[in-house]
Amino acid sequence: MKEVVVLSGKGGTGKTSIVASFASLAQSKVLVDCDVDAADLHLLLKPKVKEEKEFWSGRVAFIDEDKCTECGLCQELCRFGAIKDFKVDPLSCEGCGFCYQVCPVDAIAMKDSMSGHSFISETKYGYLCHARLGIAQENSGKLVALVRQNAKLIAERENLDYIITDGPPGIGCPVISSLSGASLALLVTEPTLSGIHDLERVIGVCRHFGVPVLVCVNKYDLNEENTCRIESYCGNEGIEVSARIPFDNVITEAIVQGLPVVEYSNNKVTQQIKELWQIIPAKLEK
Amino acid sequence: MIVSVASGKGGTGKTLVATSLALSLSDNYKVQLLDCDVEEPNANILLHLAVNQSQPVYIPIPKVDETKCTYCGKCAEVCAYNGIAVLKEKVLVFPELCHGCGACSYLCPESTITEEGREMGVVERGDSGNLELIQGKINVGEAMAPPVIREVKKYIDPANIVIIDVPPGTSCPVVETVKGSDFCLLVTEPTPFGLNDLSLAVEVVRKLGMPCGVVINRVGIGGEEVERYCHREEIAILMRIPLDRKIAMFYSKGIPLVEGMPRWREDFLKLFQDIKDIIAASWVVK
Repeated sequence: MKEVVVLSGKGGTGKTSIVASFASLAQSKVLVDCDVDAADLHLLLKPKVKEEKEFWSGRVAFIDEDKCTECGLCQELCRFGAIKDFKVDPLSCEGCGFCYQVCPVDAIAMKDSMSGHSFISETKYGYLCHARLGIAQENSGKLVALVRQNAKLIAERENLDYIITDGPPGIGCPVISSLSGASLALLVTEPTLSGIHDLERVIGVCRHFGVPVLVCVNKYDLNEENTCRIESYCGNEGIEVSARIPFDNVITEAIVQGLPVVEYSNNKVTQQIKELWQIIPAKLEK
Repeated sequence: MIVSVASGKGGTGKTLVATSLALSLSDNYKVQLLDCDVEEPNANILLHLAVNQSQPVYIPIPKVDETKCTYCGKCAEVCAYNGIAVLKEKVLVFPELCHGCGACSYLCPESTITEEGREMGVVERGDSGNLELIQGKINVGEAMAPPVIREVKKYIDPANIVIIDVPPGTSCPVVETVKGSDFCLLVTEPTPFGLNDLSLAVEVVRKLGMPCGVVINRVGIGGEEVERYCHREEIAILMRIPLDRKIAMFYSKGIPLVEGMPRWREDFLKLFQDIKDIIAASWVVK
Protein backbone atom coordinates (compact mmCIF):
# COMPACT_ATOMS: atom_id res chain seq x y z
CA MET A 1 0.00 0.00 0.00
CA LYS A 2 1.41 3.39 -1.08
CA GLU A 3 0.40 6.82 0.02
CA VAL A 4 0.46 9.83 -2.32
CA VAL A 5 -0.12 13.21 -0.73
CA VAL A 6 -0.93 16.24 -2.87
CA LEU A 7 0.49 19.51 -1.54
CA SER A 8 1.25 22.94 -2.92
CA GLY A 9 2.46 25.43 -0.33
CA LYS A 10 0.30 28.13 -1.88
CA GLY A 11 -3.44 27.63 -1.69
CA GLY A 12 -5.75 27.56 -4.69
CA THR A 13 -3.33 25.96 -7.14
CA GLY A 14 -5.65 23.04 -7.94
CA LYS A 15 -4.86 20.29 -5.41
CA THR A 16 -8.49 19.29 -4.86
CA SER A 17 -9.34 19.21 -8.59
CA ILE A 18 -6.40 16.89 -9.18
CA VAL A 19 -7.19 14.61 -6.25
CA ALA A 20 -10.84 14.32 -7.34
CA SER A 21 -9.63 13.40 -10.82
CA PHE A 22 -7.30 10.75 -9.39
CA ALA A 23 -10.31 9.44 -7.46
CA SER A 24 -12.02 8.91 -10.78
CA LEU A 25 -8.96 7.44 -12.53
CA ALA A 26 -7.36 5.21 -9.90
CA GLN A 27 -8.47 1.70 -9.02
CA SER A 28 -8.04 0.16 -5.59
CA LYS A 29 -7.64 3.20 -3.39
CA VAL A 30 -8.92 5.08 -0.39
CA LEU A 31 -9.24 8.86 -0.53
CA VAL A 32 -8.30 11.24 2.25
CA ASP A 33 -8.93 14.93 2.80
CA CYS A 34 -6.29 16.25 5.18
CA ASP A 35 -7.36 19.87 4.76
CA VAL A 36 -9.38 19.54 7.92
CA ASP A 37 -10.08 23.22 8.52
CA ALA A 38 -11.29 24.11 5.02
CA ALA A 39 -12.12 20.77 3.42
CA ASP A 40 -13.53 20.86 -0.12
CA LEU A 41 -12.95 17.40 -1.61
CA HIS A 42 -16.35 16.19 -0.38
CA LEU A 43 -18.02 18.79 -2.63
CA LEU A 44 -16.81 16.81 -5.65
CA LEU A 45 -16.93 13.26 -4.31
CA LYS A 46 -20.37 13.54 -2.66
CA PRO A 47 -19.75 11.17 0.23
CA LYS A 48 -22.33 9.27 2.22
CA VAL A 49 -21.12 9.37 5.80
CA LYS A 50 -20.95 5.87 7.29
CA GLU A 51 -19.16 6.63 10.51
CA GLU A 52 -18.88 9.90 12.38
CA LYS A 53 -16.79 10.37 15.51
CA GLU A 54 -16.28 13.27 17.82
CA PHE A 55 -12.70 14.44 18.02
CA TRP A 56 -11.75 15.35 21.56
CA SER A 57 -8.36 16.88 21.79
CA GLY A 58 -6.66 19.43 23.91
CA ARG A 59 -7.91 21.13 27.00
CA VAL A 60 -8.99 24.62 27.92
CA ALA A 61 -8.61 26.27 31.32
CA PHE A 62 -11.71 27.35 33.19
CA ILE A 63 -11.76 29.59 36.27
CA ASP A 64 -14.38 29.00 38.94
CA GLU A 65 -15.43 32.54 39.93
CA ASP A 66 -16.65 31.43 43.34
CA LYS A 67 -13.28 30.03 44.33
CA CYS A 68 -11.08 32.64 42.62
CA THR A 69 -9.49 35.14 45.03
CA GLU A 70 -8.28 37.32 42.14
CA CYS A 71 -4.65 37.01 43.24
CA GLY A 72 -3.61 37.44 39.61
CA LEU A 73 -0.87 34.78 39.55
CA CYS A 74 -2.38 32.93 36.59
CA GLN A 75 -2.67 36.12 34.59
CA GLU A 76 0.90 37.04 35.32
CA LEU A 77 2.27 33.63 34.33
CA CYS A 78 0.18 32.86 31.23
CA ARG A 79 2.40 33.41 28.21
CA PHE A 80 -0.44 33.25 25.72
CA GLY A 81 -2.29 36.28 27.09
CA ALA A 82 -5.30 34.03 27.57
CA ILE A 83 -6.40 35.29 31.00
CA LYS A 84 -7.82 38.76 31.42
CA ASP A 85 -9.90 40.04 34.33
CA PHE A 86 -9.76 36.56 35.89
CA LYS A 87 -11.48 34.99 32.91
CA VAL A 88 -10.01 32.64 30.33
CA ASP A 89 -10.35 33.45 26.65
CA PRO A 90 -10.78 29.94 25.22
CA LEU A 91 -9.60 31.13 21.79
CA SER A 92 -6.24 32.19 23.22
CA CYS A 93 -5.78 29.33 25.70
CA GLU A 94 -3.25 26.78 24.43
CA GLY A 95 -4.21 24.26 27.09
CA CYS A 96 -0.78 24.13 28.75
CA GLY A 97 -2.32 23.89 32.23
CA PHE A 98 0.30 26.17 33.82
CA CYS A 99 -2.45 28.24 35.48
CA TYR A 100 -4.17 25.10 36.75
CA GLN A 101 -0.89 23.91 38.29
CA VAL A 102 -0.10 27.16 40.09
CA CYS A 103 -3.49 28.40 41.28
CA PRO A 104 -3.10 28.62 45.09
CA VAL A 105 -6.81 27.99 45.74
CA ASP A 106 -7.47 25.34 43.08
CA ALA A 107 -9.96 27.57 41.32
CA ILE A 108 -8.86 26.49 37.85
CA ALA A 109 -9.97 23.32 36.08
CA MET A 110 -8.80 22.00 32.73
CA LYS A 111 -11.74 20.93 30.61
CA ASP A 112 -11.51 18.66 27.61
CA SER A 113 -12.59 20.34 24.43
CA MET A 114 -14.36 18.79 21.51
CA SER A 115 -12.43 20.17 18.61
CA GLY A 116 -14.06 18.55 15.61
CA HIS A 117 -15.46 15.47 13.91
CA SER A 118 -13.89 12.74 11.82
CA PHE A 119 -15.78 10.85 9.14
CA ILE A 120 -15.46 7.63 7.21
CA SER A 121 -17.64 7.83 4.12
CA GLU A 122 -18.46 5.92 1.00
CA THR A 123 -18.36 7.55 -2.39
CA LYS A 124 -18.83 6.10 -5.85
CA TYR A 125 -15.04 6.15 -6.07
CA GLY A 126 -14.44 4.21 -2.88
CA TYR A 127 -13.91 5.18 0.74
CA LEU A 128 -13.23 8.76 1.75
CA CYS A 129 -11.70 9.60 5.13
CA HIS A 130 -12.24 13.21 6.08
CA ALA A 131 -12.88 15.51 9.01
CA ARG A 132 -14.13 18.86 10.08
CA LEU A 133 -12.10 20.80 12.61
CA GLY A 134 -14.30 22.92 14.82
CA ILE A 135 -14.24 26.61 14.03
CA ALA A 136 -11.19 28.32 15.47
CA GLN A 137 -9.83 25.11 17.02
CA GLU A 138 -6.31 23.91 17.60
CA ASN A 139 -4.77 20.51 17.06
CA SER A 140 -5.40 20.28 13.35
CA GLY A 141 -2.23 18.17 13.16
CA LYS A 142 -3.68 15.53 15.48
CA LEU A 143 -6.94 15.41 13.53
CA VAL A 144 -4.97 14.98 10.31
CA ALA A 145 -3.06 12.10 11.90
CA LEU A 146 -6.35 10.50 12.91
CA VAL A 147 -7.82 10.81 9.41
CA ARG A 148 -4.70 9.25 7.91
CA GLN A 149 -4.83 6.45 10.44
CA ASN A 150 -8.45 5.74 9.49
CA ALA A 151 -7.41 5.53 5.84
CA LYS A 152 -4.51 3.18 6.60
CA LEU A 153 -6.76 0.79 8.49
CA ILE A 154 -9.24 0.70 5.60
CA ALA A 155 -6.49 0.23 3.02
CA GLU A 156 -5.06 -2.67 5.01
CA ARG A 157 -8.42 -4.26 5.69
CA GLU A 158 -9.57 -4.03 2.08
CA ASN A 159 -6.12 -4.72 0.67
CA LEU A 160 -6.10 -1.52 -1.38
CA ASP A 161 -3.09 -0.33 -3.38
CA TYR A 162 -3.22 3.43 -2.84
CA ILE A 163 -4.02 6.10 -0.34
CA ILE A 164 -4.56 9.37 -2.20
CA THR A 165 -4.52 12.43 0.02
CA ASP A 166 -5.62 16.00 -0.57
CA GLY A 167 -3.30 18.05 1.61
CA PRO A 168 -3.69 21.44 3.28
CA PRO A 169 -1.97 24.63 2.07
CA GLY A 170 1.08 26.01 3.84
CA ILE A 171 4.05 24.24 5.37
CA GLY A 172 3.12 24.13 9.07
CA CYS A 173 1.57 21.70 11.50
CA PRO A 174 -1.22 20.09 9.39
CA VAL A 175 1.09 19.81 6.36
CA ILE A 176 3.81 18.11 8.38
CA SER A 177 1.19 15.79 9.82
CA SER A 178 -0.13 14.97 6.31
CA LEU A 179 3.33 14.35 4.96
CA SER A 180 5.39 12.40 7.45
CA GLY A 181 5.88 8.82 6.32
CA ALA A 182 4.07 9.24 2.98
CA SER A 183 5.46 7.44 -0.09
CA LEU A 184 5.34 10.41 -2.45
CA ALA A 185 4.36 14.07 -2.43
CA LEU A 186 2.87 15.49 -5.60
CA LEU A 187 3.37 19.26 -5.50
CA VAL A 188 0.89 21.28 -7.55
CA THR A 189 2.18 24.73 -8.34
CA GLU A 190 1.33 27.63 -10.63
CA PRO A 191 3.64 29.87 -12.65
CA THR A 192 3.29 32.93 -10.41
CA LEU A 193 6.13 34.34 -8.33
CA SER A 194 4.15 33.43 -5.20
CA GLY A 195 3.59 29.90 -6.48
CA ILE A 196 7.32 29.47 -7.08
CA HIS A 197 8.29 30.91 -3.68
CA ASP A 198 5.82 28.65 -1.91
CA LEU A 199 6.88 25.60 -3.95
CA GLU A 200 10.48 26.07 -2.85
CA ARG A 201 9.43 26.09 0.80
CA VAL A 202 7.21 23.03 0.51
CA ILE A 203 10.01 21.16 -1.30
CA GLY A 204 12.15 22.04 1.72
CA VAL A 205 9.59 20.50 4.07
CA CYS A 206 9.36 17.31 1.96
CA ARG A 207 13.16 17.00 2.04
CA HIS A 208 13.19 17.64 5.77
CA PHE A 209 10.87 14.67 6.26
CA GLY A 210 12.53 12.53 3.57
CA VAL A 211 9.51 12.25 1.27
CA PRO A 212 10.25 12.07 -2.49
CA VAL A 213 8.53 14.71 -4.64
CA LEU A 214 7.05 15.13 -8.08
CA VAL A 215 5.95 18.52 -9.42
CA CYS A 216 3.00 19.45 -11.59
CA VAL A 217 2.54 22.96 -13.01
CA ASN A 218 -1.09 24.03 -13.25
CA LYS A 219 -2.11 26.99 -15.45
CA TYR A 220 1.34 26.65 -17.06
CA ASP A 221 0.51 28.95 -20.00
CA LEU A 222 -0.54 31.83 -17.73
CA ASN A 223 3.14 32.77 -17.66
CA GLU A 224 5.39 30.45 -19.66
CA GLU A 225 8.51 32.30 -18.61
CA ASN A 226 7.72 31.44 -14.98
CA THR A 227 6.90 27.85 -15.97
CA CYS A 228 10.40 27.61 -17.46
CA ARG A 229 11.83 29.01 -14.23
CA ILE A 230 10.02 26.30 -12.27
CA GLU A 231 11.31 23.63 -14.62
CA SER A 232 14.87 24.83 -14.48
CA TYR A 233 14.71 25.19 -10.68
CA CYS A 234 13.35 21.66 -10.37
CA GLY A 235 15.92 20.39 -12.89
CA ASN A 236 18.73 21.81 -10.76
CA GLU A 237 17.23 20.23 -7.67
CA GLY A 238 16.90 16.84 -9.39
CA ILE A 239 13.09 16.97 -9.26
CA GLU A 240 10.89 15.85 -12.12
CA VAL A 241 8.16 18.13 -13.48
CA SER A 242 5.66 15.53 -14.61
CA ALA A 243 2.77 17.54 -15.98
CA ARG A 244 1.90 20.92 -17.45
CA ILE A 245 -1.78 21.63 -17.18
CA PRO A 246 -3.09 24.54 -19.27
CA PHE A 247 -5.01 27.51 -17.85
CA ASP A 248 -8.56 26.56 -18.71
CA ASN A 249 -11.95 27.44 -17.30
CA VAL A 250 -13.06 23.78 -17.46
CA ILE A 251 -11.43 23.24 -14.06
CA THR A 252 -13.70 25.82 -12.45
CA GLU A 253 -16.71 24.72 -14.52
CA ALA A 254 -16.24 21.16 -13.27
CA ILE A 255 -16.17 22.42 -9.67
CA VAL A 256 -19.41 24.31 -10.27
CA GLN A 257 -20.93 21.13 -11.69
CA GLY A 258 -19.63 19.16 -8.70
CA LEU A 259 -17.60 16.77 -10.84
CA PRO A 260 -13.95 15.72 -11.12
CA VAL A 261 -12.64 17.60 -14.16
CA VAL A 262 -11.70 14.35 -15.94
CA GLU A 263 -15.39 13.43 -15.96
CA TYR A 264 -16.50 16.87 -17.08
CA SER A 265 -14.31 17.44 -20.10
CA ASN A 266 -12.02 15.55 -22.41
CA ASN A 267 -9.68 18.33 -23.41
CA LYS A 268 -5.99 18.95 -22.78
CA VAL A 269 -6.50 19.42 -19.03
CA THR A 270 -7.98 15.96 -18.70
CA GLN A 271 -5.30 14.39 -20.87
CA GLN A 272 -2.55 15.91 -18.75
CA ILE A 273 -4.12 14.72 -15.51
CA LYS A 274 -4.59 11.22 -16.97
CA GLU A 275 -0.96 11.11 -18.04
CA LEU A 276 0.09 12.34 -14.62
CA TRP A 277 -1.79 9.55 -12.89
CA GLN A 278 -0.21 7.00 -15.23
CA ILE A 279 3.26 8.12 -14.19
CA ILE A 280 2.64 7.89 -10.46
CA PRO A 281 2.46 4.09 -9.94
CA ALA A 282 5.92 3.70 -11.49
CA LYS A 283 7.29 6.43 -9.19
CA LEU A 284 5.82 4.63 -6.22
CA GLU A 285 7.51 1.35 -7.09
CA LYS A 286 10.95 2.94 -6.78
CA MET B 1 -7.55 50.89 12.65
CA ILE B 2 -6.80 47.26 11.91
CA VAL B 3 -8.28 45.45 8.91
CA SER B 4 -7.61 41.73 8.43
CA VAL B 5 -7.84 40.26 4.94
CA ALA B 6 -8.81 36.59 5.25
CA SER B 7 -10.50 33.90 3.18
CA GLY B 8 -10.80 30.36 4.47
CA LYS B 9 -9.84 28.97 1.08
CA GLY B 10 -6.31 29.54 -0.16
CA GLY B 11 -5.56 31.21 -3.45
CA THR B 12 -8.66 33.40 -3.62
CA GLY B 13 -6.72 36.66 -3.77
CA LYS B 14 -6.06 37.76 -0.16
CA THR B 15 -2.57 38.98 -0.93
CA LEU B 16 -3.71 40.70 -4.11
CA VAL B 17 -6.37 42.60 -2.16
CA ALA B 18 -4.22 43.33 0.90
CA THR B 19 -1.32 44.74 -1.13
CA SER B 20 -3.50 46.85 -3.43
CA LEU B 21 -5.47 48.22 -0.49
CA ALA B 22 -2.27 49.10 1.37
CA LEU B 23 -0.66 50.71 -1.68
CA SER B 24 -3.76 52.78 -2.52
CA LEU B 25 -4.01 54.08 1.04
CA SER B 26 -0.31 54.81 1.38
CA ASP B 27 -0.64 57.77 -1.02
CA ASN B 28 -2.28 59.68 1.82
CA TYR B 29 -1.88 57.75 5.04
CA LYS B 30 0.73 55.93 7.04
CA VAL B 31 0.03 52.24 6.41
CA GLN B 32 1.45 49.09 7.94
CA LEU B 33 1.00 45.86 6.03
CA LEU B 34 1.48 42.79 8.23
CA ASP B 35 2.04 39.50 6.42
CA CYS B 36 0.90 36.95 8.99
CA ASP B 37 0.80 34.06 6.52
CA VAL B 38 4.07 33.01 8.11
CA GLU B 39 4.09 29.60 6.45
CA GLU B 40 4.00 31.10 2.99
CA PRO B 41 4.41 34.91 3.15
CA ASN B 42 3.87 36.43 -0.29
CA ALA B 43 3.00 40.10 0.19
CA ASN B 44 6.53 41.31 -0.46
CA ILE B 45 6.63 39.38 -3.73
CA LEU B 46 4.22 42.11 -4.88
CA LEU B 47 5.59 45.03 -2.84
CA HIS B 48 9.32 44.53 -3.52
CA LEU B 49 10.38 46.43 -0.40
CA ALA B 50 13.98 46.12 0.74
CA VAL B 51 14.10 44.33 4.09
CA ASN B 52 16.15 46.56 6.39
CA GLN B 53 15.56 44.83 9.70
CA SER B 54 15.43 41.16 10.57
CA GLN B 55 14.69 39.78 14.02
CA PRO B 56 14.85 36.06 14.79
CA VAL B 57 11.90 34.59 16.69
CA TYR B 58 12.77 32.36 19.59
CA ILE B 59 10.57 30.05 21.56
CA PRO B 60 11.75 29.43 25.14
CA ILE B 61 12.49 25.75 25.70
CA PRO B 62 13.65 24.09 28.91
CA LYS B 63 17.30 23.48 29.67
CA VAL B 64 17.83 21.04 32.51
CA ASP B 65 20.87 21.23 34.74
CA GLU B 66 21.27 17.52 35.38
CA THR B 67 23.94 18.07 38.04
CA LYS B 68 21.13 19.31 40.32
CA CYS B 69 18.21 17.26 38.91
CA THR B 70 16.71 14.64 41.24
CA TYR B 71 14.68 13.04 38.41
CA CYS B 72 11.51 13.59 40.40
CA GLY B 73 9.46 13.77 37.20
CA LYS B 74 7.50 16.92 38.05
CA CYS B 75 8.43 18.63 34.77
CA ALA B 76 7.16 15.74 32.66
CA GLU B 77 4.00 15.54 34.75
CA VAL B 78 3.07 19.20 34.18
CA CYS B 79 3.96 19.33 30.48
CA ALA B 80 0.74 19.17 28.46
CA TYR B 81 2.55 18.53 25.19
CA ASN B 82 4.78 15.55 26.13
CA GLY B 83 7.70 17.84 25.44
CA ILE B 84 9.81 16.54 28.29
CA ALA B 85 10.37 12.98 29.54
CA VAL B 86 12.16 11.89 32.69
CA LEU B 87 13.91 8.54 32.66
CA LYS B 88 15.70 6.92 35.56
CA GLU B 89 18.77 9.10 35.31
CA LYS B 90 18.16 11.17 32.21
CA VAL B 91 15.84 14.00 31.16
CA LEU B 92 14.86 14.18 27.51
CA VAL B 93 13.56 17.42 26.00
CA PHE B 94 11.72 17.32 22.66
CA PRO B 95 12.13 20.91 21.44
CA GLU B 96 9.67 20.73 18.54
CA LEU B 97 6.84 19.67 20.87
CA CYS B 98 7.45 22.50 23.35
CA HIS B 99 5.01 25.43 23.23
CA GLY B 100 7.19 27.51 25.55
CA CYS B 101 4.56 27.83 28.29
CA GLY B 102 7.20 27.89 31.04
CA ALA B 103 5.39 25.53 33.43
CA CYS B 104 8.29 23.07 33.79
CA SER B 105 10.89 25.65 34.75
CA TYR B 106 8.60 27.45 37.17
CA LEU B 107 7.38 24.29 38.87
CA CYS B 108 10.67 22.39 39.13
CA PRO B 109 11.10 21.88 42.91
CA GLU B 110 14.91 21.98 42.65
CA SER B 111 14.96 24.99 40.29
CA THR B 112 17.18 23.08 37.90
CA ILE B 113 15.35 24.14 34.76
CA THR B 114 16.22 27.37 32.99
CA GLU B 115 15.04 28.35 29.55
CA GLU B 116 16.92 28.90 26.34
CA GLY B 117 15.65 30.29 23.08
CA ARG B 118 15.14 28.00 20.12
CA GLU B 119 15.01 29.91 16.84
CA MET B 120 11.93 28.95 14.87
CA GLY B 121 11.40 31.82 12.49
CA VAL B 122 12.07 35.42 11.70
CA VAL B 123 10.27 38.75 11.54
CA GLU B 124 11.42 41.10 8.80
CA ARG B 125 10.67 44.79 8.31
CA GLY B 126 10.98 47.11 5.38
CA ASP B 127 9.47 50.42 4.32
CA SER B 128 9.10 52.87 1.51
CA GLY B 129 7.43 56.26 1.91
CA ASN B 130 4.25 55.86 3.90
CA LEU B 131 4.19 52.08 3.62
CA GLU B 132 5.77 49.76 6.15
CA LEU B 133 5.85 45.98 5.70
CA ILE B 134 6.28 43.53 8.56
CA GLN B 135 6.42 39.89 7.55
CA GLY B 136 6.91 36.73 9.57
CA LYS B 137 8.39 33.47 8.32
CA ILE B 138 8.56 30.16 10.12
CA ASN B 139 11.63 28.09 9.38
CA VAL B 140 11.07 25.18 6.99
CA GLY B 141 10.20 22.09 9.05
CA GLU B 142 8.62 24.07 11.91
CA ALA B 143 5.02 23.23 12.78
CA MET B 144 3.88 26.13 14.94
CA ALA B 145 2.90 29.40 13.30
CA PRO B 146 1.30 31.29 16.25
CA PRO B 147 4.53 32.28 18.06
CA VAL B 148 5.79 34.02 14.90
CA ILE B 149 2.38 35.60 14.24
CA ARG B 150 2.40 37.04 17.78
CA GLU B 151 5.82 38.60 17.15
CA VAL B 152 4.67 40.16 13.87
CA LYS B 153 1.65 41.68 15.60
CA LYS B 154 3.84 43.33 18.25
CA TYR B 155 4.87 45.80 15.53
CA ILE B 156 1.33 47.15 15.20
CA ASP B 157 1.18 50.91 15.76
CA PRO B 158 -2.48 51.83 16.22
CA ALA B 159 -1.79 55.34 14.94
CA ASN B 160 -1.45 53.81 11.45
CA ILE B 161 -3.87 52.06 9.17
CA VAL B 162 -2.95 48.42 9.63
CA ILE B 163 -3.75 45.86 6.92
CA ILE B 164 -3.14 42.20 7.81
CA ASP B 165 -2.66 39.44 5.25
CA VAL B 166 -4.12 36.39 7.04
CA PRO B 167 -3.15 32.74 6.43
CA PRO B 168 -5.77 30.47 4.81
CA GLY B 169 -7.96 28.12 6.85
CA THR B 170 -10.04 28.52 10.01
CA SER B 171 -7.79 27.14 12.77
CA CYS B 172 -5.39 28.58 15.36
CA PRO B 173 -3.08 30.59 13.06
CA VAL B 174 -6.12 32.38 11.59
CA VAL B 175 -7.59 33.17 15.00
CA GLU B 176 -4.22 34.33 16.34
CA THR B 177 -3.93 36.69 13.36
CA VAL B 178 -7.46 38.07 13.15
CA LYS B 179 -8.25 38.62 16.84
CA GLY B 180 -7.96 42.25 17.83
CA SER B 181 -8.84 43.55 14.36
CA ASP B 182 -11.58 46.14 13.85
CA PHE B 183 -12.79 44.54 10.64
CA CYS B 184 -12.30 41.38 8.64
CA LEU B 185 -12.42 41.52 4.87
CA LEU B 186 -13.17 38.09 3.40
CA VAL B 187 -11.93 37.37 -0.09
CA THR B 188 -13.70 34.57 -1.95
CA GLU B 189 -14.48 33.29 -5.42
CA PRO B 190 -17.89 32.39 -6.88
CA THR B 191 -17.41 28.61 -6.82
CA PRO B 192 -18.73 25.92 -4.46
CA PHE B 193 -15.23 25.73 -2.89
CA GLY B 194 -15.17 29.48 -2.40
CA LEU B 195 -18.64 29.44 -0.86
CA ASN B 196 -17.95 26.51 1.47
CA ASP B 197 -14.76 28.06 2.80
CA LEU B 198 -16.31 31.54 2.99
CA SER B 199 -19.09 30.24 5.21
CA LEU B 200 -16.47 28.68 7.53
CA ALA B 201 -14.51 31.95 7.62
CA VAL B 202 -17.68 33.86 8.46
CA GLU B 203 -18.18 31.55 11.44
CA VAL B 204 -14.66 32.39 12.66
CA VAL B 205 -15.29 36.12 12.29
CA ARG B 206 -18.61 35.86 14.12
CA LYS B 207 -16.98 33.92 16.91
CA LEU B 208 -14.44 36.72 17.22
CA GLY B 209 -17.30 39.24 17.18
CA MET B 210 -16.16 41.74 14.58
CA PRO B 211 -17.82 43.22 11.50
CA CYS B 212 -16.95 41.78 8.10
CA GLY B 213 -17.48 42.30 4.40
CA VAL B 214 -16.77 40.31 1.27
CA VAL B 215 -14.68 40.76 -1.86
CA ILE B 216 -15.62 38.38 -4.66
CA ASN B 217 -12.69 37.68 -6.95
CA ARG B 218 -12.84 36.09 -10.42
CA VAL B 219 -16.42 37.15 -11.00
CA GLY B 220 -17.72 35.80 -14.28
CA ILE B 221 -17.03 32.17 -13.71
CA GLY B 222 -19.01 30.03 -11.33
CA GLY B 223 -22.46 30.94 -10.13
CA GLU B 224 -24.59 33.24 -8.04
CA GLU B 225 -24.47 31.16 -4.87
CA VAL B 226 -21.91 33.35 -3.09
CA GLU B 227 -24.00 36.45 -3.83
CA ARG B 228 -27.10 34.74 -2.51
CA TYR B 229 -25.30 33.54 0.59
CA CYS B 230 -24.04 37.07 1.41
CA HIS B 231 -27.50 38.49 0.88
CA ARG B 232 -29.05 35.88 3.16
CA GLU B 233 -26.44 36.39 5.87
CA GLU B 234 -26.61 40.19 5.52
CA ILE B 235 -22.93 40.51 4.69
CA ALA B 236 -22.01 43.41 2.44
CA ILE B 237 -20.26 42.63 -0.83
CA LEU B 238 -17.77 45.47 -1.00
CA MET B 239 -15.93 44.72 -4.21
CA ARG B 240 -16.11 42.46 -7.24
CA ILE B 241 -12.96 41.72 -9.22
CA PRO B 242 -13.67 40.14 -12.61
CA LEU B 243 -12.10 36.97 -13.94
CA ASP B 244 -9.52 38.57 -16.19
CA ARG B 245 -6.44 36.87 -17.52
CA LYS B 246 -4.65 40.22 -17.49
CA ILE B 247 -5.12 40.52 -13.70
CA ALA B 248 -3.80 36.97 -13.22
CA MET B 249 -0.87 37.79 -15.51
CA PHE B 250 0.12 40.86 -13.46
CA TYR B 251 -0.11 38.81 -10.28
CA SER B 252 2.05 36.07 -11.79
CA LYS B 253 4.79 38.63 -12.43
CA GLY B 254 4.57 40.12 -8.97
CA ILE B 255 2.89 43.34 -10.11
CA PRO B 256 0.20 44.66 -7.73
CA LEU B 257 -3.21 45.16 -9.30
CA VAL B 258 -3.23 48.92 -8.61
CA GLU B 259 0.10 49.30 -10.39
CA GLY B 260 -0.74 47.13 -13.38
CA MET B 261 -4.19 48.72 -13.71
CA PRO B 262 -4.07 52.07 -11.84
CA ARG B 263 -7.77 52.73 -12.33
CA TRP B 264 -8.36 50.20 -9.50
CA ARG B 265 -6.82 52.61 -6.99
CA GLU B 266 -10.10 54.49 -6.70
CA ASP B 267 -12.02 51.26 -6.15
CA PHE B 268 -9.72 50.34 -3.27
CA LEU B 269 -10.11 53.79 -1.69
CA LYS B 270 -13.87 53.37 -1.96
CA LEU B 271 -13.53 49.91 -0.42
CA PHE B 272 -11.70 51.44 2.53
CA GLN B 273 -14.35 54.13 2.97
CA ASP B 274 -17.03 51.40 3.00
CA ILE B 275 -15.08 49.47 5.62
CA LYS B 276 -14.83 52.59 7.80
CA ASP B 277 -18.57 53.16 7.46
CA ILE B 278 -19.37 49.57 8.49
CA ILE B 279 -17.06 49.82 11.51
CA ALA B 280 -18.69 53.11 12.55
CA ALA B 281 -22.16 51.60 12.15
CA SER B 282 -21.17 48.60 14.27
CA TRP B 283 -20.06 50.93 17.06
CA VAL B 284 -23.46 52.60 16.99
CA VAL B 285 -25.12 49.20 17.35
CA LYS B 286 -22.83 48.33 20.27
